[in-house]
Amino acid sequence: MLKRGFYWLIPHPFLTLILTAVWTLLQNEISAGMVVFGLILGVIIPWGTSVWWPDTPQGFRLGKMFVYAGIVMWDIVVANIQVAWIVLTKPNSKLCPAWVVVPLDLIQPEAITVLAGTITLTPGTVSADLSNDGHSLLVHALHTDDPDAVARDIKQRYERRLKEIFV
Amino acid sequence: MSLDIVATYAVAAFLFIGAVFALIGVIGLLKFNDPMTRLHAPTKVGTVGIGALLLASILYFDTFHDGSIHELLIMAFLFVTAPISANFIAKVIIHQGTCETPPEPVTECTWSTLGSPNRKSDVVEAVNHTPE
Repeated sequence: MLKRGFYWLIPHPFLTLILTAVWTLLQNEISAGMVVFGLILGVIIPWGTSVWWPDTPQGFRLGKMFVYAGIVMWDIVVANIQVAWIVLTKPNSKLCPAWVVVPLDLIQPEAITVLAGTITLTPGTVSADLSNDGHSLLVHALHTDDPDAVARDIKQRYERRLKEIFV
Repeated sequence: MSLDIVATYAVAAFLFIGAVFALIGVIGLLKFNDPMTRLHAPTKVGTVGIGALLLASILYFDTFHDGSIHELLIMAFLFVTAPISANFIAKVIIHQGTCETPPEPVTECTWSTLGSPNRKSDVVEAVNHTPE
């Protein structure tokens, strides 16, 4: 009963915390009044918008998410240097872009969104589309000799970790 | 005093890195000749370019003024929204057919951009299929 009341009032506890943090950062200073006001916003906004996000993701491992974020950050820097190198040195005729189809094991919409965002930010790939039934992801690779290897890489490096985060 | 000098050089270095990456993003945008490959240059090079510029800003205001953490928010919002705008542009390109036709998905269905509206039920079914 108490738990149901809690989830009725705060449907997405993480969203509440993030909104509070964002409000505090927006003020550019930490004071008790602003944190309290941020908390009020953090309760009202998820409550008011819960109609559009009815299913709370069940089971979310925050610690593993930080490890994942670290890996992605590193990959973003590496990806930028790689893409910059391709832009500056590869003539258009030698570039071999390709479509890659990634079969998905993830089913939670939140997890698929994180995966698609990660793919866009990392080495030479942009996620373009999701299939109607949500079981495959269309990815465009800037320069690759072996599209299957790109798909394997994505599944091995990101999807496997996301499966552990969203259980 | 020496800290100020180090900070000044660091700020200059980050500004330089950011500017170079932004320039490379623009070169890529102009150089590639296919809409899908063009999309790659600004989405990725932009993130480190702007990231370095914002890092320079944080460093500058921390050393010479009161300090500012707004930049962290800008970075967070940028990293969240860049993939989404790239996704929308990719969908438009697929829809217009100005790129190579994408291969079929692994299962019996079509890409959601190309699917007909009456098969929308598939999407709803997939979304509602989350485990309890």
